[in-house]
Formats: sequence, structure tokens, C-alpha cells
Amino acid sequence: MKKTPLKPFDPKSPMTHPSRRGFLGMTMIAAAGLGLGGFPRGAKAQASGQVIVGISQEPTVFNPHLLHIEVDEGIHWAIFDPLFSVEPDGTFAPRLVTEVPTVENGGVSADGTEWRIRLKEGVTWHDGTPLTAEDVKFTLELQKDENFRAARRTGHELIEEITVVSDTELTWKMSSAFAPYMAILSWTFIIPKHAFGEGVDPNEAPFNQSPIGTGPYKWDSRAPGDNIQLVANPDYYGDGASIERVVVKYVPDLTVLYTQFRTGEIDVIALQGISPDHYAEATALPGKEVVLVPVGTVETLSLNLANPVLADKAVRQALYLGVDKQTVIDALYYGLPTATETYMPQQSFYYDDTLPTHVYDPEEGKAILEAAGWVPGSDGIRVKDGQRLSFVCSTTAGNHVREQLQQFLQQSWLDMGIEMEIANLPPAVMWSDHWMQSQFDMAVAGIIFLTGPDPDTTDYFHTNAINAQGGAGQNTFQFSDPRVDELLIEGATTVSPEARKPIYAEIQQTIREELPFLPLFQRNEVRGHAEALQGYEPNINVRITFWNMQDWSWA
Amino acid sequence: MLRFLVNRILQGCVLILIVSMIGFAVINLAPGGPLSQYAMTPGMSQADLDRIAHQMGLDRPLPVQYLDWLGNMLTGDWGRSYRDQSPVLDVVWRHLGATLLLMGTSTAIAIALGTMVGVLGALKRYSIFDYMATVGAMIALSIPTFWFGLVAIFIFSLELGWLPAGSMYTVGDQSLGDYLIHLIMPSLVLALVNVAIWSRYMRTATLDVMHQDFVRTARAKGLPRWRIVSAHIVRNALIPMITLAGLQLPTIIGGALVTETVFTWPGLGRLFIDSLGYNDYPVIMGLLMFSAILTVIGNFLADIGVAFADPRIRLG
Repeated sequence: MKKTPLKPFDPKSPMTHPSRRGFLGMTMIAAAGLGLGGFPRGAKAQASGQVIVGISQEPTVFNPHLLHIEVDEGIHWAIFDPLFSVEPDGTFAPRLVTEVPTVENGGVSADGTEWRIRLKEGVTWHDGTPLTAEDVKFTLELQKDENFRAARRTGHELIEEITVVSDTELTWKMSSAFAPYMAILSWTFIIPKHAFGEGVDPNEAPFNQSPIGTGPYKWDSRAPGDNIQLVANPDYYGDGASIERVVVKYVPDLTVLYTQFRTGEIDVIALQGISPDHYAEATALPGKEVVLVPVGTVETLSLNLANPVLADKAVRQALYLGVDKQTVIDALYYGLPTATETYMPQQSFYYDDTLPTHVYDPEEGKAILEAAGWVPGSDGIRVKDGQRLSFVCSTTAGNHVREQLQQFLQQSWLDMGIEMEIANLPPAVMWSDHWMQSQFDMAVAGIIFLTGPDPDTTDYFHTNAINAQGGAGQNTFQFSDPRVDELLIEGATTVSPEARKPIYAEIQQTIREELPFLPLFQRNEVRGHAEALQGYEPNINVRITFWNMQDWSWA
Repeated sequence: MLRFLVNRILQGCVLILIVSMIGFAVINLAPGGPLSQYAMTPGMSQADLDRIAHQMGLDRPLPVQYLDWLGNMLTGDWGRSYRDQSPVLDVVWRHLGATLLLMGTSTAIAIALGTMVGVLGALKRYSIFDYMATVGAMIALSIPTFWFGLVAIFIFSLELGWLPAGSMYTVGDQSLGDYLIHLIMPSLVLALVNVAIWSRYMRTATLDVMHQDFVRTARAKGLPRWRIVSAHIVRNALIPMITLAGLQLPTIIGGALVTETVFTWPGLGRLFIDSLGYNDYPVIMGLLMFSAILTVIGNFLADIGVAFADPRIRLG
């Protein structure tokens, strides 16, 4: 019925400027809020009612540290707590800790290598066992366990020595400062040591199928292939949930998912959301609220700079000038995405809004190509030094909107004397070696470049991250620039957000200038829920839209 | 009889072994792998992917992986799902009930209706009813089931609001009535195709029997028409149907791949599609083995069933 415009991003808001002083202030406010506000322990409002969340992929991995997909994290957020969480504005808020560690409060040493964590008193696991510093130590050490199939080790690898000082305090040393570690910790859910006895294979522990956390919801049951049920945790240390039961229902087909949302069989249409072609109709549904939620995914035309044609910067510039971006967004994507010039989400503190805006100007593109020596050959396709201006574009086969995009680009570029062939591949083929080992020329790819709110993109732009050249990362563009390499290292080891901002602005400017990928737009997900459901808040810094179910309530 | 049994069991084992080899090779030779879907996870690097592939044993030579799998399989360990880490047999077991409920109901409907339509069509050959049944069967067979499913959802759930748009039960209700209401649409939609198949076979079989000598004899000695049809024609026409039922056993268990997705039915068919999507090799292999074994058993049971029903057939 009604469309809720999202709060516009306010660059002057202190909440979006996570300065160190700001951190401290907000931490104190949050700590005070926990002490004074809310319900006193034992007198909590009784949770009641039920909400059904519909999703198009099935959550199956409940140990948050095993390799998993994004939908699993909706369950993780309900059952577990990180030490501190990342809020929609990019700031950190304490969860299991009394205060978010900063240099000012002594939680992190000035050089960023020594950390101290203080836990809240009286937090218990869902089975009644008290949470202790040993659990935190266990969680962090598990990431480095040789046999454990940890999804990622970045950051955790740098921890050298963890000391448990008391039940509620621990310290550790890191081999070097690593600024993104704050963001990584905000995604690191603490799991109970006692659920993994001696000799239990952590990959196959019973815990992985019936998780025990400290979070606002407790595990209730799972009907595989159908639904997962969670119940409110009455002993939660925070305010706790007001809806007693959450049913996460798996509906694989997007059309059926939307139908069940219309008929009211599901209250919330979460992951994959409503497809763009249903957006206009959905906003008119009675009793439903439909919202556009920005997500961190940037739709790119990724280029392989090792390709002899695409290695020429003039070609990349001409290609970008030949993209009628606004028409693409309006005609193919129903006007929903936001045009962008960078990999950095526009909601980020580090987003550089001074980047040159793309214009659609094929004539200028042709002029650049002429000047660079690309002249039309006998068949109308430009040639330089015997090399035809021709390449192959690939993406996931069966993605109809992207296929239309390809055809549109093919036609636009052909008018400029550029030949693009289309060769799409099934997803398992597209995103394996073809992508990771840079076997493509051009790929239509939606990429989330950031880990949470942290601006570090070493894995995407550093020379050492080019897999095709023996690196280990995801620099599939084969982009290499000594200055950017330097900046990436500097940025990752600089703690203060103010000091990091110009570093990442320069990287964004270089990337915009060099165009290792043509940035099309930042995606917006169409999410819907029953009008009576309140507290459903998007958070661009987490991977899943149903991350704050404890704040939901029925009007 | 004993020699027949031993022979068939040995044949079955060899067949299943060959199926497992081909299946394993095909799944593993397809490009991509169980980890390719994680490449686009934010922050995922080639180093992480390589480490996890090693931890999962995916970097070993294929024959080694196969022998490892086969050895475990023979001791009853079907491996663990990559997707949810639980044993494959548990995974299959958890989806079996939903599929048996749906396919059992729809097959029962299909056999009952199909037999009736087939016999009536044969008895009243070239009548309006026969033509309509024939045309109807052709339509039902040539239009994909999921299309019927979507149309049914549109009419009965969205427009009329009579029936739920999928799911096996309402969360929190789960009474018998609730299951039945959810069962109506998917089982009838699925039955549609099977009624078509079954009625065509039944019609042909009935026509065959109708012109046999013993039917003429029965008619000549003045038996009532209903008795000729029920005791002589239908009973004999059903014998080839036993073979058909045996061949359909694996499809009953295999589930209705797409229909289960349309109706959000948590059965084996959807498990198979999901497992394919995630390249969950152990579960795919498990389901493949499961249906191979059922095919062998189904054929075996059909042969035995036919021998029991028809004393003229001797096994050996």
C-alpha cells in the first residue's frame, strides 16, 4: 500500500562518521541504554505471536563458521551474537562485550596489535551454561584449526596468542595491525566451547544441526526442505524479542514466493525479495508494505585486462561511453537500481561522491578510438595493428535480464565498430575457473567488494590477488597498479576512519580512471512485509535483510 | 526359482555398480564443482577455496575418490551432505515421507481413474467418450505438469481462494484435515499425467483381451455383461499393468521434480534439484543409487507379481 522512503543518507550525521570519539560516545550511550532502559531482568514483556519469513534458498548451515551461503546468516543473526554488531549506519554496537574495543578505551593498543575484550556479566547460552572468555577463545582458535572447514581465515590468521584473564576478560596479540578486523569480528558469531567435546570433529558435531547460541531466538526445529522454527529466548540479556515464534519458510520458486506473499501465507518476503517485474504491482497490494533496500552488490561489466584488446585503456573508455546506462536501468531493471561510478556502496562512509559521472556519448567514444589508432576495417569492425576490436562477453546462462543487457550492449557497441560475442555459461562453470582464473574477456558480474562496513578491497585490486598469475584472491580483472598496491596496504594498517578516507578515495579515483570494470549500478532489493509488522530495518553492512528479527513486532 | 533369484540379484548388483561408476564420473567431470558457488561470497579468495577443497578431499584423483566412496558405501556409510553436513541416508530419509505421501496419493488416484477411463474407452471404442479421453490424454501428456500446477494455483488459490498455494501443511496446525487440504491440488495435478498414461495402456490391454477366445466363450455361455467385464476382461488386462506399476516404482520415490518446486513440497524431487544446484555430490550420488536400487527392485517385484497373477508364466 504505502511505500516507505528510506531515510536519506546524511553525510553530516555523527552516526555515519564513526570517529574514534564518536565510537566512544556511542558506546557509552549504548551501555547506558542497556543498564537503564528496557525491561529489568525477569520482568521482560512476554513474547507472543508468530511471523513467517519466506525465502527462496534453504538455510542448511547452522554453524556460522562453516562455509555457507548468505541466507544461512539470517538464522545465525537470530541464534548467535557477535562480540559487537555493525549497525545500519556503519557504526559498531556492543553485544556480548561491555564496550566496543577502541584505542581510547584501551581495548586496542595504539599500534593496533594488542586487543582486550571484556564480556558482559551473566550472559548464558540457550542451554543455561554461562558464557565465558573460554568460548570466545575457542571460537577464534577454531578458525585456524587445520581440520575445520572455516569459511574464511582472513584476519583470524594474524592472532598469535590468546590469553584468558578471567571469565569475562581476554586479551590477544596480532602479528600486525589489520584495520578490517573490526568489521570481520562484527560478523564473527561466538559459539559455545562445551558443544564441541574432546575428539568431536567440528565439521560434523551435533551442534551444527541443533545450534546453541546466546541470541534473542532459540533453535526449535527444522523440517528439511520446508521450514525452520525459532522461539524467543526468555533469558536473553538484551531487550529480547517481542514475537515469540519465527518460521523461516523455504519457497524455492520466486513466482510462488510472491504468490504466497500476496495470499498472506507468508508475512515477510525476504531473500531474493520481489522480482523487479512484480514491483509496481506489489506496491499496490492492500495491507502490504514494499520497500527498496540498497544492498552492497555492484553490477559490473568486468574486464580482463590481460586480453590484448581490453588492455587498451582507450578501448575501455570508449566501451563505457557507449553504454546507455540510464536506458538500461529504466528499461531492463524497471528503474530500481541506482547508477554508480565505483565499487564502494554509496551508503559507505568511504564513498567518494566526487567521481566523474558517466555520460552516454558514443561519438566521443568513437573519437577516442580513432585517436588511439583503432580504424574501421573492411567489415566495419575496427582494427589496430592487425588486431580486431572484438571480444566475448559471458555471464550466468538463464539470467534473462542480463541476457537482454548483453544484446543491448552488443547492438550499441556494434554501431561504434566494436564486436562483442555472447557466450554464457551455467553458474557452476561461470564462477569457477572461468571467473577465478580470468579466462573470460568481459563478464557481467554482480560483486560485493566489501566485507561489512570496512572499505578494504585488497582481495580484488592488489597485484598479489591475481589468481591467474599465481596470486590468491579475487583480482580476476588482473588489475595491477603499484600505487594502488601501496594504498591498499596503507589503508588496511591504518586504524582511524578519518585517516583512511582519503586513501580509499584515491583508490576509487584510480579505479574509475583505469576502468578494470565498467560500473553499472548498485543493486536495490525489493522487500515486502505485512503492513502490521514493524521494526523491519535494512542494514547494508550485513549480508541478509532479516538480520534484526528481535526488533520486529506486530502492531 | 532359487536360481532365478540368485541370478537376478547378481545382475542387479552389477547393474548398480555400473550405474554408480557412470554417475560418479559424470557428476565429477562436469565443470565447476561444489565450491564454485562460493566464489562470489564477499571476501572469498582462491586461497580459501583451495584450502577447503583440500580439507574436503576434493583435490584427490577421481578414481581414489570413487573407491573411497564405494568402500564407505558398502559398509553403509553413504557420506555426508556438503550442504548441511548430515549423513546422506538421514537427508534422504527426512524427505522420503513427504514424497511418499504425495506420490502415493496421486498414484492411487491415477490407477483408479486411469483403469476406469481405459476400460470404458475400450468398451465404448470410437464413442464420444473415447475420443474425449484420447484427446484429453494427449493434452495432459504434452503439456508440462508444472504448467498445470501454476494454472491451478492461479485459479484455486489466487482467484477463488479455495485452496492453499502450496506447502505440505500450515505451520502450527498440522492436523489431518490440514494435510488433506494441502494435498488436494498437487496430488490431482500430478495424477493428471499418470491418469493419461495409465488409461492409454489400460485401453490397449483391454482391447487385446476383449478379442480373446475366452471372452467370446464367456459371452456365448450367456454370462452377464458386467461379469464378463469384471471377472474376465479387466482381470486379464491388469496383468501387463503389474509390469507398468513395477517400472513406475522408482518414479514414485523419485518424486515429481518440478511439481514439488511449484507446490513447495519438501520431497525427494526437490531435494534432488536443490542438491544439483549446490553440487552436493554425496546427496546426488545417494539419490542416484537409491533410484537405481529401486528400479532393480521394482522390475524384480513386477516379474514376481506377474508370475503370481498369471499361472501361465513360469520363472526360471
